[in-house]
Amino acid sequence: MHINEILFWFLTALALFSAMMVVFSKNPVHSVLWLIVVFMAITGHYIIMNAQFLAIVNMIVYAGAIMVLFLFVIMFMNLNAESEPQKSKWMKFAAVLSGGSLMLILIAALKDNGGFISSMRGEGSIGLIKNLGKVLFTDYVVPFEISSILFLSAMVGAVVLGKKDSSTIVS
Amino acid sequence: MPVIPINYYIFLSLALFTIGIVGVLTRRNAIIIFMCIELMLNAVNVLLVAFSKMHHVAAFAVDRATTAGTEAQLFVFFIMVVAAAEVTVGLAIIVMLYRNIHSVDINFLNRLKH
Repeated sequence: MHINEILFWFLTALALFSAMMVVFSKNPVHSVLWLIVVFMAITGHYIIMNAQFLAIVNMIVYAGAIMVLFLFVIMFMNLNAESEPQKSKWMKFAAVLSGGSLMLILIAALKDNGGFISSMRGEGSIGLIKNLGKVLFTDYVVPFEISSILFLSAMVGAVVLGKKDSSTIVS
Repeated sequence: MPVIPINYYIFLSLALFTIGIVGVLTRRNAIIIFMCIELMLNAVNVLLVAFSKMHHVAAFAVDRATTAGTEAQLFVFFIMVVAAAEVTVGLAIIVMLYRNIHSVDINFLNRLKH
């Protein structure tokens, strides 16, 4: 067994187990920490698929910034008590049943294909920042600029939503 | 030369996506539901990168100077950008709801019905 396959199975098991723990742990802070483990495992998958730029961005943006934001909001609301009310047993059963049947149908639809991923000698330069940056700033420069406008509007929206009620300030 | 079938990545991505769906359907905490949505986005990202790699391997066997598969990785990058903006606005909405009704339980978030 090659080292890549061992890493693949280890990271897959880690990602699936941590994703289960995200859903099933009672404490929201524990859920956030398990979600960070999921993102680390996905970062490892990106590395063994030779997508180094995406691995670093996933680590910094997801496991770093976004998860810190989640943790900050949870601690800000003081939600780390284990007192969340549960849905009824039948609702949970129906949810697991519908999710499982969706997975079954998608697997049945997608299982017959002969594609494979291998690591050949000398290949793998498309995931590097040199190639991606060149394409991003030539062919995809307009979507890149539009995403900056998206960020600006998201920032304005977050500030407007997070502000105190404006009618009380005016009156 | 280690060969990993694309099926394994499809099944991994489907399992992560399904766990995300089950989390959205079973939990009542709005923040956990939001985290499960992030999980589903990441499952799709893994699948996109795997298909990009598969496409690149197939094109590399023909032409050694190919850059096939670059677009998929840029697409994943844009998904991450949009997800970051989405998390900002979504958490701001959750904070606003918490300030108004002092709970993030989605069963109490039915004000728009009345």
